[in-house]
Amino acid sequence: MRGDRHGPRRARRALLTLTLLLLATAPASSALGPATNLTVRDRPLDAGEVLKVSFGRAAGDSLGHTGVARYELWRQGPGATAFDSVRSFSATQKLPTFSFDDTGLKPGRPYRYVVRTVGDDGQTAETPPSAPVAPQRQWFFTNKVNTLIATLIFVALILAYLRAARQGKKLFIRRIAGLDAIDEAVGRCTEMGRPTLYVPGISTISDVATIASLNILGQVAKKIASYQARIIVPNRDPIVYPVTQDVVKEGFLEAGYPHNYREDDVYFVTTDQFAYTAAVCGTMVREKPGANLLLGMFYAESLILAETGASVGAIQIAGTDAVTQLPFFVTACDYTIIGEELYAASAYIGREPTLLGSLKGQDVYKMICIAVIVLGVLTSTIGLLFTGEAWDGFNQLVRVRGAGG
Amino acid sequence: MRLQFPLLLCLIAGVFMAVQYFVPAFLPYYNRVMDYIQIVSAFSIVLGVASVVHRHLGRMRRRGREAKRHPDWPYSLAAVAGMLGMMLAGFIGGRGQESIFQQLFNSILLPVQATMFALLAFYLASAAFRSFRTRSVDATVLLSAAVIVMIGRLDDLGRLGIPDVAHWILDGPNLVSKRAIVIGVGLGMASTALKVVLGIERSYLGSGKE
Repeated sequence: MRGDRHGPRRARRALLTLTLLLLATAPASSALGPATNLTVRDRPLDAGEVLKVSFGRAAGDSLGHTGVARYELWRQGPGATAFDSVRSFSATQKLPTFSFDDTGLKPGRPYRYVVRTVGDDGQTAETPPSAPVAPQRQWFFTNKVNTLIATLIFVALILAYLRAARQGKKLFIRRIAGLDAIDEAVGRCTEMGRPTLYVPGISTISDVATIASLNILGQVAKKIASYQARIIVPNRDPIVYPVTQDVVKEGFLEAGYPHNYREDDVYFVTTDQFAYTAAVCGTMVREKPGANLLLGMFYAESLILAETGASVGAIQIAGTDAVTQLPFFVTACDYTIIGEELYAASAYIGREPTLLGSLKGQDVYKMICIAVIVLGVLTSTIGLLFTGEAWDGFNQLVRVRGAGG
Repeated sequence: MRLQFPLLLCLIAGVFMAVQYFVPAFLPYYNRVMDYIQIVSAFSIVLGVASVVHRHLGRMRRRGREAKRHPDWPYSLAAVAGMLGMMLAGFIGGRGQESIFQQLFNSILLPVQATMFALLAFYLASAAFRSFRTRSVDATVLLSAAVIVMIGRLDDLGRLGIPDVAHWILDGPNLVSKRAIVIGVGLGMASTALKVVLGIERSYLGSGKE
């Protein structure tokens, strides 16, 4: 009888315990909240096609260990009534906040975003839609004002000296031994009855070093043609190849010996770096050129080419703006055209007064650069001496900034 | 007109490239132009292949009164056979991991390329030997600097301070010289680009005359 009296109380207690247990285990799903701090802003200094979206984790979410599976970013485009899914972020990423650059948007049109929190059990919670934000197109990189001023000064100097040269002003250009030696090398080839091998580097036509090399090739081809000698030009880039072909052909035409131009001597080899190197080395060994002119952009193959050329006894003139390859050329070649000399070569060889003017403008600008460097060093040093910290103001003023600022 | 049109094209392209550097709104057009370059490059490969075939077939053909082949014709035969062989392997068997094309690539082309690259080690040794011969004051300075930098790579010599001297050489005199060259190169590039864009430098167009 006693047991029966306490029966309903026990049943109530068991029911209460069960309810409490259920409540204790339930929070993970029922506490699923929306993401926090949804922020949408225009990316500065761009073409107005990008919005930067960022948001924080939902309250209580700890790296996806508390029932949140992922966060989904949804976007409502201009004129649309529904939101489209843009991207999903796994909640297990070890990030306190998530950020995303939404690209390919229309400039000046409003976009709204929501973030949907998706739980392990499929439950979802959404943030309220963000305020509409329109990506704005900018028309000037305000962080590049210093670069623009420097560019304008440079252009003005070059044009001023070009004008001075055109008006007949005498301009002194220092001797460049490597470029003077080109005449000697071509003459040597002619005397020996051997061809000249001209390698225009292994880079593409979009490389300025290649364009500089093509400019030199024009002058060299004309000289070789006037000596009625032969020039071999193996090419690595299929776009550079027809240009070199045209440049050499024109050189022979202008020298008055178009019939001496041999189509087979200006050819495409391969785009593969070391296959090209092997082919050029093979040409050096078989054709035994009297002079090797290696002018343009070179990479790891520079030393292989230069050493092979040295081993066949050719006079070698190399020129590149690749700082890492210069020591190899200096070691293995008779003359080396260093860095900027490569760009001066066409004007120097051709002795065209207007082109020489640009070299002078370049030199003056270089003096300005040196003065700016010295001033930067001085301000930093004086700052260090007097305040214990380098004065950075001047350096910040002349610092070149990229698109991102 | 034969010369004017390319010069005008060059001017427009050059000015656009210079302006887009300062105008964010032009970035999408810049990216599109970059895509065009890739398309042009893809088509230019046809030119390259045509050149290879034309040159090597010409060498293999008998020419002149004596109907003689070029002395290097066996190399040309190997080049053409290699090119056609790879093309056929690619067309027939595809380019999968187990395909003949991939096997040829892995077992012939890669080892040959690696061999060429490995030759660099020997050339480096001979070049180093030549440049480090102490024939002048300059060469002696070069040799001393090189020896210190090489020895400075050994951590065990840290107590003697040699790694510090090596770092000073690399970060001081070496870096200064490199930067001087790089500044000169930058100015040279800008100047050349300006001359080409304005049509002042025309050597790349052949004679540059009508």
